[in-house]
Amino acid sequence: MAFLKIDREARQGYSLIAPPFLYSVLVLAAPLITILIYSFFFYKTGYSSLEPGFTLQNYQELWADPIFRAIMQRSLWVSGLVTVVTVALAFPVAYYVSFVVAPERKALWLFLITIPFWTSYLIRVFLWKVIMEQNGVINSVLVGTGIVENPVTMLRSVGAIVMTLAHAYAPFAILPIFVALEKIDRSLLEAGRDLGESRLMTFWRVTLPLAMPGVIAAVLIVFIPTVGDYVTPELIGGGRIPMVANFIQTQMLGLDNRPLGSAMSVSAMLAVAVVSAIFLILNRKFLKVRQ
Amino acid sequence: MKGGGLLRSYAVLYLLFLYAPIILLPLFAFNSGTIIAFPLRGFTTDWFAQMWGNATLRRALFNSLTIAVSASVLATCLGIFAARASTRFNFPGKGGMMGFIMLPMVLPEIIVAMSLLVVLLGAGIKLSILTVIVGHTLMCMPYAIAVLSTAFSSLDKSLEEAAYDLGETKWSAFRLITLPLVMPGIVSSLLISFTISLDEFIIAFFLAGNEPTLPTYIFSQLRFPKQIPMIMALGTVLVALSIVLLAMGEYFRRRGNARMGSSASGGLL
Repeated sequence: MAFLKIDREARQGYSLIAPPFLYSVLVLAAPLITILIYSFFFYKTGYSSLEPGFTLQNYQELWADPIFRAIMQRSLWVSGLVTVVTVALAFPVAYYVSFVVAPERKALWLFLITIPFWTSYLIRVFLWKVIMEQNGVINSVLVGTGIVENPVTMLRSVGAIVMTLAHAYAPFAILPIFVALEKIDRSLLEAGRDLGESRLMTFWRVTLPLAMPGVIAAVLIVFIPTVGDYVTPELIGGGRIPMVANFIQTQMLGLDNRPLGSAMSVSAMLAVAVVSAIFLILNRKFLKVRQ
Repeated sequence: MKGGGLLRSYAVLYLLFLYAPIILLPLFAFNSGTIIAFPLRGFTTDWFAQMWGNATLRRALFNSLTIAVSASVLATCLGIFAARASTRFNFPGKGGMMGFIMLPMVLPEIIVAMSLLVVLLGAGIKLSILTVIVGHTLMCMPYAIAVLSTAFSSLDKSLEEAAYDLGETKWSAFRLITLPLVMPGIVSSLLISFTISLDEFIIAFFLAGNEPTLPTYIFSQLRFPKQIPMIMALGTVLVALSIVLLAMGEYFRRRGNARMGSSASGGLL
């Protein structure tokens, strides 16, 4: 009887989850499988002719191309930098909201932190361009107050891209860290201090390890989407510092080379997955050592 | 608390950093100078008038609204199924299936956009706002589910059981008991999905064909310095609109929490 009951519950669960799951299969899984097939089974030979049959040519061509390698490397490097900056800037804010702000005001703080995130991404990025331009906001303040004589060039640099993306992904870093900090049992911290640890040591030995799951979530949730960011390299980098998304866009919309574009996407996903996996493994080791 | 003062000033500075671009937006939107730089010239509402008279912009707005309304309704409907399944039933493979549905939240958008484009072109489907709706529904669904799951998980199971005991059918119990209780969650899921879709650029850029949407129109205009003040005016309107929608969403979410007797905590994510 119990078996039948579980079975019935599972059946109800399956029939409920079926519509959204099938939608994802159709609109997400099928396209992902298609680009996998495109990248391995087609090769663009002419203007509009694709040669079918299993081939590794797309990948060989791609990874032999120094431009692609440089762009892939840069994408991972820039995203890594963005991740470090974003999480480092966000952690104290999450800590402040979780440990210092009065409980009834926490929701307000979180609301204030999330509002900018919901306003037009394009316009936010463009405004960073306005802020950092030659005759932009920062330079007019610097020149106007006589701190510098000539405007400082800030745009078209990795630093400017990192800054803009650190702004764009701020809530993604703050929220998971905040959630992890909220879960920490406050009596553990008191215990740490009662046992003679200093405030700093308690933070290092108790708070930080317990907050680690949130930090890991923040790192992944910032790192993975920023690798594929298109708008910021285009607007802030001025097209001079292309990242992998800009490259894919040129192949797909510009040159219409679907097999090569597919191979690029698959390679990018693979690279992101490998870096994330390495990060997770290193992190597990680090935590074990600390214990 | 010692150190609290320092942390507090840092947090306030950080908020200032978060709001810096948004504070600048209305300054330039009402500035009569044609160049986006300091010092500001004078006050004008010309850019708003210019925006209002722009036919392409109106078309882009109409397209974006059509897409955002359709995608948010579709994503919320699909989200209701997933949220109910994940909060109420246990079945083998649930974690994997839910994880897969939530995947677009972390997948780079360019990958989703480009793989969908390959499939649509391969199947010979003409690119239009319909294809954008398909893509946006996929992107909005995880956010809808996140919001709806909170609403469904705080639902008291015994209320439904009481309805069954009093002779209601499964569907009428859902309609009369469950739906009104999760209604605030549904409204807030609709608003959040609407905001995400209205702002989404990459998928619209790849899948809209020749049809402009607001973000793709804005992107195309950013190249022309002459158009920038008008875009600033448009941005101001959009930001004001998002803030109103979000405040409404937050209001409904809290009211939902209050109705079910739990405390209001957590953010929109």
